Amino acid sequence: MLNIRRMLSVAAVFGVLLVPMAAVADDAKMIEEGKKISFDTKKGNCLACHMIMGGEMPGNIGPPLIAMKARFPDVAKLRAQIADSREMNPNTIMPPFGAHGILTDDEIDKVVAYIHTL
Amino acid sequence: MKKHVITAIALLTFGAGTLLSSAANASPMEDQKSFQEFFKKRFKDTEFSDYKNGIYSIHPESRKQWEEIEDFPPYEIAVERGEELWNTAFTNGKTYADCFGEDVTAVRAKYPHYDAENDTIATLEDDINKCRTANGEKPFGWKKGAIADLSSYIAYEGRDAPVNVKLPESEKEIAWYEKGKTFFYAKRGQLNMACADCHVYYSGRMARSETLSPALGHPTHFPVYRSKWGNMGTLHRRYAGCNENIRAKGFKAQSDEYKALEYFQTFMSNGLAFNGPGARK
Ligand code: HEC
Ligand code: HEC
Repeated sequence: MLNIRRMLSVAAVFGVLLVPMAAVADDAKMIEEGKKISFDTKKGNCLACHMIMGGEMPGNIGPPLIAMKARFPDVAKLRAQIADSREMNPNTIMPPFGAHGILTDDEIDKVVAYIHTL
Repeated sequence: MKKHVITAIALLTFGAGTLLSSAANASPMEDQKSFQEFFKKRFKDTEFSDYKNGIYSIHPESRKQWEEIEDFPPYEIAVERGEELWNTAFTNGKTYADCFGEDVTAVRAKYPHYDAENDTIATLEDDINKCRTANGEKPFGWKKGAIADLSSYIAYEGRDAPVNVKLPESEKEIAWYEKGKTFFYAKRGQLNMACADCHVYYSGRMARSETLSPALGHPTHFPVYRSKWGNMGTLHRRYAGCNENIRAKGFKAQSDEYKALEYFQTFMSNGLAFNGPGARK
């Protein structure tokens, strides 16, 4: 009984510490991968149209991707913009990355994670 | 900052909406007028007649370099080879002049036009090959090589003639015109983009480091020597390239789709002058 209680409390302590640490490491990896996908000319190629800090030779067809947390407090909205930009603007020039299978769901998650840090 | 971004987006969206809606159900004459007005407003520093120079009409940074290239034009050899072709008789003794008329300077500006007999759009390249097959010769390949050489010579001799495609009036002419117009404004390919997206609404902007040329004047200066190709190519070769860039399947050169597109684009460019062949990056 005592053992179980001790085990639980140990788990609780670790639980509080471990989960966020793992999450931080996961996030960092996701963000790094998201950046790669965003810059890759065969994948996101976001730089064709958007200025992104640290990206070379950006185009200027779309707005600079800055202050994204302020512009997109709701991450779901950011995801929708990237997965199918036509929901926001039916005539948009921005490719519907999810709807047209340019990026997979998993790749979009990573791109969203990265873009949201900008 | 936030506010700036929002305003920029509002402007972009508004800009894209206006021409599209006015283009939806207007007569060819009205289309032409609003098309040309759009560019006059968008590039206030550009003389109307200068749109025949494509990207260089709106991009002073690359213009100088291009003008230097034009001092020793890379299309010169093609023009010479084309002249030789023009002057060489077929095995049956006939020549291109028997198909196109003796005055080579008058040929370029006749194209494209509606061909009522065959209910199609006659283009210069298509008629070159028709002339060959009618005289028992094999047709040239469609996008580069000899066809571009002969087309270069005809374009060169026909420089400065006004672009003046006859107003589409009959039901069938209008059907071809509408086909080209629909193609121009339709989203296509995995990237879901229209010709108009890049060459109307965002003309002058940059995709990466490439400034997007205005669609007004696109067909005036073909065929072009393109450094990226390392040789000459026809307008339809370029069309296919742009289609493939947006991950759409390119159509065949001289397909009905591209003939209609050439007809629409050239009618939109009425009032400019032919000035082919051209040199591009
Ligand atoms: C061909 C051009 C193009 C490409 C490629 C492109 N975008 Fe866009 N994007 C735009 C345009 C234009 C807008 C402005 C809204 C509109 O017109 O629909 C936009 C808007 C956005 C917005 C909303 C910005 C805001 O402040 O409201 C986000 C976020 C965005 N894009 C992210 C991306 C990401 C991430 C990628 C790559 C995976 C990407 N875009 C690729 C053209 C593009
Ligand atoms: C993703 C953007 C994009 C789309 C969509 C696009 N183009 Fe282009 N196009 C370009 C770029 C970039 C160039 C090279 C720079 C220039 O001259 O505009 C170009 C060049 C051209 C040229 C050569 C211009 C010259 O002076 O030599 C023609 C003609 C042309 N495009 C027609 C079309 C047509 C017709 C369509 C639709 C079928 C189309 N483009 C779709 C980006 C695009």
